[in-house]
Order: sequence, then C-alpha cells, then structure tokens
Amino acid sequence: MTGAMTDFLLILISTVLVNNFVLVQFLGLCPFMGVSNKLETAMGMSLATTFVLTLSSVCSYLVYSALLKPFGLEYLQTIAFILVIAVVVQFTEMVVHKTSPMLYKLLGIFLPLITTNCAVLGVALLNIKKQNGFVESIAYGFGAAVGFSLALVLFSAIRERVAVADVPIPFRGAAIGMVTAGLMSLAFMGFAGLVQF
Amino acid sequence: MTTVITAILILFGLAVVFGIILGYASVRFRVEGNPIVDQIDALLPQTQCGQCGYPGCRPYAEAISNGDAINKCPPGGQSTIEALADLLDVEAVPLDAEHGEEQAKTVAFIREDECIGCTKCIQACPVDAILGAAKQMHTVISSECTGCDLCVEPCPVDCIDMIPVETTIANWKWPAPAESRNLNLIATDRGRGELQHQEAH
Repeated sequence: MTGAMTDFLLILISTVLVNNFVLVQFLGLCPFMGVSNKLETAMGMSLATTFVLTLSSVCSYLVYSALLKPFGLEYLQTIAFILVIAVVVQFTEMVVHKTSPMLYKLLGIFLPLITTNCAVLGVALLNIKKQNGFVESIAYGFGAAVGFSLALVLFSAIRERVAVADVPIPFRGAAIGMVTAGLMSLAFMGFAGLVQF
Repeated sequence: MTTVITAILILFGLAVVFGIILGYASVRFRVEGNPIVDQIDALLPQTQCGQCGYPGCRPYAEAISNGDAINKCPPGGQSTIEALADLLDVEAVPLDAEHGEEQAKTVAFIREDECIGCTKCIQACPVDAILGAAKQMHTVISSECTGCDLCVEPCPVDCIDMIPVETTIANWKWPAPAESRNLNLIATDRGRGELQHQEAH
C-alpha cells in the first residue's frame, strides 16, 4: 500500500513540477498563451481542463487496453484517442450545462476548445508509451492537469502585473508574454533532478 | 485483409457506442430554455417601465412567446412592433393606446435644490439609475436612465422632470445591428459586382 502511495505521489510531483506539461514538455501552449490575459478566465480554463484531462486520460487508457491491444490495433491509438477526447469534452459540456449553468457560463468557449488542447492528446499517448496502469493513468492525467493549471494560473497572474508595468513599446503585448513564458520555463527546468522517475 | 476489416469494425463500433452515449446524454441533460424568449427580449427596449402590464421587459417577452399581443410597448413604439411582427411572422398592428403613447426618449432629471432625500424614487427605479441616500440629495445617472417615468409618481415634492433627449452629434449612436437571419452585408457592393461582371464579358 505504501509502495502504491509513493508511486502515486511520485507521479504527481513528476508531472506537476519536474515534467510540467506546459513549461517543460511544451504541450498545450495555445491555451497557455491564449487565455492567460485574465486570472479569472485562466482559473475557469484550468478547472475545465483538469476535469477533461483526468477523464480522457482514464477513458483512453480503457479504450486502448480493452479494445485496441487485444486486437493488435495499437497503430489506431491516435485516431481512437482523438475520438475519445472529443466525446469526453462534448459529454462534459452537456453535463456542466445541465448541472451548473453558472460554471457553464464561466467556462464558456473554453470548454469546447479543450478538444484541440494538445496536452490532452499528449497525456493519452504518453500513458501508453510509459505503459502506465489504470491507477497510474488517473494519477498521470490528474497530475498533468494540475501542472497545467499551476502554470496557467501563475502565468496569468504575472501577465496581469505585466499589463500595468512600464514595458518598452517594442516588447508590449505578445512579446513580453513570450519572454515571461520563457523565464517561467527556465524556472521550472530547475526542478529537474528533484525526482528520479 | 482481416486486420483491415477488424480495424474498421472496431473504430466503427467505438464511434457508434460514443454516438449512443452522446445521444443519450443530449436527451438526459437537455437544457430547458426557450430561445425565442431571448430573441424577443433582445428586441424590447429594456426600459423595464412596466407600461405593458408586466413587471419588466423579460416577463413581457415570455408573455409574447405565450401568445400575448405585441403592441403593448410604448417606449419601443412602432419600430419595435414591426421588428416583433417580423420575428414572429404576424401582422404588425398599431400601438395599443391603453398602455401609453409613444414618446421621444427622455431621461429623468432631479431638481436637486428641491430634493428632500426621501429615497422613494430610488426604490421605484427599475435600473438603479438614481444615486443618493436618506436625507441626502439624489441624482440621476443619465446614461443609465431608461426614461420609464416610474420615479415621477412616488416623488412627494415633484422635483423630478422628464427631459426629452434630442439626438445631437455628441450623443448619436449607430443603431444596433438587427439580429436578422439574412443580413445583406455591404449592400452597396452588390450592384457593383454585377456591373464588373457584365464589363468582363
């Protein structure tokens, strides 16, 4: 039991900090740059992504191990996973729309946009590549989502401050955003070697 | 050959299962809501004046979608009636005089030296456009005021005037684009295109 718990924690720390999907593996950069202008929207996006990423990670693992592997159809994983992700996103949108209109309004356009978040597909594919089991897949998906949220929320908080700072004119807008993201990425690279995983 | 067929079957089966799940979800999690009410509400002037006999514009929009008459809105006037008739595909009728007459747009103005600070107009205002506190002078935020006249009646010292707003260069605005289904965007270019087309031949 303790072994399983340690594994779980290791995966979490590894995906959140050491191998952060956005800042170290450079996946899911579009929402990272796109919705980080305001802290509020960034939090909404993080919430939606966390939910979808965890769920789609599990679902794609199930589809792979129960359907593709027994029939020797591993080469179909990409198209199958895209299908799974699209369905999970659509399903989530329906459920959220029904159960919590407030949250639905808050998430707005970000919910369907998650379909094209490459971190979601990346997690599904990496689960297979790393030969993660069922529980490990959950942990990996959740950890990746928490890492994504952490990076996105931190970045949007920085950008809100940068917006009122006296930035030289040629650097304003996207340029200073890119510089900031690069510096954050450097900072996160500092976690390398924290966990040997 | 069999591998190809299995692959196609598996993917097809996966898609069918997902389709069934989504189909079930769309029925199970159907959201109650009437889009026509939103469209009607968008056409109403949002004065929240209650002259139609309903407490606000949205209740009137709901009433219209349930079959109420479309000519009960004096602030909107004939143009609103025509827009509603167009939307609902019914005959445009003249404004029902029972609910009031169409007037030019007005805003409330409080003669501030006469105001006794009773807060009665604040409670009457449907859009929170009046600012003030008890025994303090009140004033109207003219950009928020919809000109609904509801504050005139409760004022015990009759210090509220309704001032008609004339359209000047300073406050003229583009009319909001109609939410029409077939907008002829850039209408002036249509004739020109045909002309060039003919010249080319």
